[in-house]
Amino acid sequence: MISKDEVLHVAELANLKFKDDEIDGFVSQLDKIVTIASNLSTVDTEGIEPTYHMGDTKTVFRPDKGIHTQTREEMLENVPETQDNLIKVPTIVDKEDDE
Amino acid sequence: MDYLNQSIDSLHEQLVNKEITSEELTKETLQRIHSKEDKLNAFVTINDDATKDAAKVDADGIKGRLSGIPIAVKDNILTKGMLTTASSKILSNFMPIYSATVFEKLNQAGAINLGKTNLDEFAMGSSTETSYYGTSHNAWDHTKVPGGSSGGSATTVATGDAIAALGTDTGGSIRQPSSFNGIFGIKPTYGRVSRWGVVAFSSSLDEVGVMSKRVEDSAEVLQTIAGHDDHDATTSEREVTDWRANLNKDMHGIKIAVPKEFWHEGTDPKVLKTIDEALDTYKKLGATVEEISLPTLKHAVEVYYVIASSEASSNLQRYDGVRYGYRAKDVKNIKQLFVNSRSEGFGDEVKRRIMLGTFALSAGAYDAYFKKAAQVRTIFINELNDVLSKYDLIAGPVTTSTAFGIGEKIDDPLAMYMNDILTIPANLAGLPAASVPAGLADGMPVGLQLMAKQFDEQSIFNAAYALQEENKFYQQIPTALKEED
Amino acid sequence: MNFETTIGLEVHVELKTNSKMFSPSPVAYGAEPNSNTNVIDFGFPGTLPSVNKGGYRLGVMVALALNANIEQHTHFDRKNYFYPDNPKAFQLTQHEKPLGHDGWLEIEVDGQKKKIGIEELHVEEDAGKNTHIGGSSFVDLNRQGTPLVEIVSKADMHSPEEAYAYLEKLRQIVQFTGASDVKMEEGSMRVDTNISITPVGSDKLGTKVELKNLNSFNHVRTGLAYEEKRQAAILKQGGEIGQETRRFDEKTGETFLMRVKSGADDYRYFPEPDLPSFEIDPAWVKEIQADLPEPAENRRARYINELGIPEYDAGVLTDTKEMSDFFDEAVKYDANPKLISNWLMGEVNGYLNDKKVGLLDTKLTPEHLAKMINLISDGTISSKIAKKVFKETISNGTEPETWVKDKGLVQESDPAVLKPMIIDVLDNNQQSIDDFKNGKDRAVGFLVGQIMKQTHGQANPKVVNKILMEELNSR
Ligand SMILES: [Mg+2]
Ligand SMILES: [Zn+2]
Repeated sequence: MISKDEVLHVAELANLKFKDDEIDGFVSQLDKIVTIASNLSTVDTEGIEPTYHMGDTKTVFRPDKGIHTQTREEMLENVPETQDNLIKVPTIVDKEDDE
Repeated sequence: MDYLNQSIDSLHEQLVNKEITSEELTKETLQRIHSKEDKLNAFVTINDDATKDAAKVDADGIKGRLSGIPIAVKDNILTKGMLTTASSKILSNFMPIYSATVFEKLNQAGAINLGKTNLDEFAMGSSTETSYYGTSHNAWDHTKVPGGSSGGSATTVATGDAIAALGTDTGGSIRQPSSFNGIFGIKPTYGRVSRWGVVAFSSSLDEVGVMSKRVEDSAEVLQTIAGHDDHDATTSEREVTDWRANLNKDMHGIKIAVPKEFWHEGTDPKVLKTIDEALDTYKKLGATVEEISLPTLKHAVEVYYVIASSEASSNLQRYDGVRYGYRAKDVKNIKQLFVNSRSEGFGDEVKRRIMLGTFALSAGAYDAYFKKAAQVRTIFINELNDVLSKYDLIAGPVTTSTAFGIGEKIDDPLAMYMNDILTIPANLAGLPAASVPAGLADGMPVGLQLMAKQFDEQSIFNAAYALQEENKFYQQIPTALKEED
Repeated sequence: MNFETTIGLEVHVELKTNSKMFSPSPVAYGAEPNSNTNVIDFGFPGTLPSVNKGGYRLGVMVALALNANIEQHTHFDRKNYFYPDNPKAFQLTQHEKPLGHDGWLEIEVDGQKKKIGIEELHVEEDAGKNTHIGGSSFVDLNRQGTPLVEIVSKADMHSPEEAYAYLEKLRQIVQFTGASDVKMEEGSMRVDTNISITPVGSDKLGTKVELKNLNSFNHVRTGLAYEEKRQAAILKQGGEIGQETRRFDEKTGETFLMRVKSGADDYRYFPEPDLPSFEIDPAWVKEIQADLPEPAENRRARYINELGIPEYDAGVLTDTKEMSDFFDEAVKYDANPKLISNWLMGEVNGYLNDKKVGLLDTKLTPEHLAKMINLISDGTISSKIAKKVFKETISNGTEPETWVKDKGLVQESDPAVLKPMIIDVLDNNQQSIDDFKNGKDRAVGFLVGQIMKQTHGQANPKVVNKILMEELNSR
């Protein structure tokens, strides 16, 4: 079971919001999907390595060579708002640097 | 000109012999596309400049087999200087400043870009109904879905407007619409084709492939776009073989495995009957067909939706209104910019998957969902590889039914997800897989699915070619098209 | 009530590469906004990462210098969070299998030596930079993707002084690998701290408080000391320490609350599917180990034991890699090591402090310094002339030997040349000779001065003295 509170927490993480009249429908849909996904718990995976990477390659490095592939003008073409070649955004309220 | 009775080979010959120019060909093709677009809605962007590109190719002289040949491109593949929307509001104004490797390769081969075909938003869907630009329509029956997510590509090929189209396949997005529209469609091995410049849905599952009426045409296009790419660290270093030149329809000694789970109760008996007939054809041609079991198939949908949605939730976080794409208006701070741009820019299906994926990766759920799904994926891969160590091909239906009606399933996401059960296995294991036209059930096309070992696309092309040469399905004209003419 | 302090440090160090960690964009400090960016740095749809071998190599180098074990099977992970300077809304890092683990370094506080453990090191990409003006913020993505190595200490430090010593040592070790400039002013070294206190004898760890915005090692020391006191005062009054992030105020030396942590952040880490898994070849690690520049510790010992440099001087010479490299190079030109050391610590450092520049910003080369010193040693120039030569060579990069010759600054040491001049001076200064004979030593100084005047200061004072005394005594 996934609760409305959990759904709201997940929405917060995903930076999504739902209208009040949508949210209950979403909770029940998500609950059904999660319930089905929970069937996975019936599979014995003791000692099984998870598969995270596909493809037949391993250890692919690029040589440390600096190259310009786009111009700044190109880079800024799609930016909704710029000022002095910077990307302009509404104020960052929480100015904490996080990395 | 329409492509109903053409192949890349025949077009190439006419171009080389100057019976037709690429410019004429392209112009006629665009006219044809425009005349049907109201009914089909196959394209997000039609490239009206294509005739100019074609004229340039004519001037430079026809060279390779794709030179001067117009091809359609799914709108989640980046084309420099031409809108690429992934059929989403959030990318509705996005103008790429670079092109996907697959598109570059087509360009280099002299192919002409007809335009960008419609898809489910971010390729999330099985019907094209989640597109911000409205649904596309099935070539055989316009009241039915073309399948998805590469629905626009499938429709335009099936109506004979494009000789071939690029698609992408994350859980069946090439094979299912190919099956629904009675064309050939192949998703190659994971790592065969570069994903650079392809709008990501699920990184460990996405693959670019080709759709065409004829097997040999897909082989031609696929070998043009395949191969290692420094931009995509997951692409294979293996050499790309000349699948087209090596086509061999001799089925003697070919061992085909048929998973009994594919013949489950939920599948339309008429679909199964058509598939059984195709398998009989293979037997007649000298192949052996044996039943095998894939016990973990029953968890495939769960594994798929957890992994695909988790990766998608992360891949789609970049759409935040900051650097490109849709930006919400009237916001007070950055948090509102993120939340409003995303909430207004994404459709419901995309939000559903982002929510599922964010949940599956969140603290407390990770081990039980994401990691667990990745472990069950391992078990399932081993099961499939075990079968393929003894057989050349795994065969079965592509879908549980023929194309369903527009609006029929869109309100029931779970029913829609269950639809993918037969196509998901190839993506989970990174196997090459194709849909080959097998016949009709109640007047709608049925596709036979073929899967092979990793990097053994040749076996698929061969078997598909063998069936094609028997049933000549490409000669069939879609019902809706006949009615119009 | 007495308390025991526990401190752990997380240090981010920018690696000196040509290109970014996961994109081929050039790395450059102080470039025009958004000029060193490409579609990967902007997180464009369809872009994929590629791993910089040079960045990974430097990460391994730092790990080896810190005695860490190198992880052979590894992969990259995504750390998911939304921020305008984080274009993909995930940072590529190594969460599950960091490139190195279980390292250590040794510090010395109050004459006590102590090993501080290093939990793990991993490479990751830096974020861009945000600035805030009025009601808007502005994003520059030049720094986005710059390679970082994050060095996470064990919670082995028990005083602000130990934390300070750890940072000093860490900075020195990293700097000597050549992997980074490790300059806090330029942001190529950044420090986050965790501090908790608990009553002595308690087997329970105290509540961790995170301290940020520390722009120098001194701030780290001051901020931690303030926290020790603040937390102790709360506990003494029976209060509880909140799990929070605090900020250091440079002006007051105090810390203030930035935010209360409500549970752990949920970064939804998972393995990056766009990159394959990595197998780090042990042979490659061996190669990197072999390429590892000699650490400061070893150099210091070598200077003392093999070159006879005093302990204190050896310490100054190994303060920075550039100084130590310069010294080692100069020694190769057969100049007296002690003299080179004296010059570096004296005139050279004086010049650098005066001009506020780094050693590598000047035109002085180890070869020129060594040659100049040899010119003094063999008497070619006087130490007075040497100052002129030094100024010329450090400012203009002039070759000392030719310059001295061209300018006629060579010291006159030939007795055959000097003797007649000395005799001439004596012949004209009978009074001084008399004074000398009467025991007035001052007269000698006067006579030397006269001789120097005649030779325009180029006479070798030693030789002059010797001949002068012989002549005086013979009269
Ligand atoms: Mg980190
Ligand atoms: Zn970090």
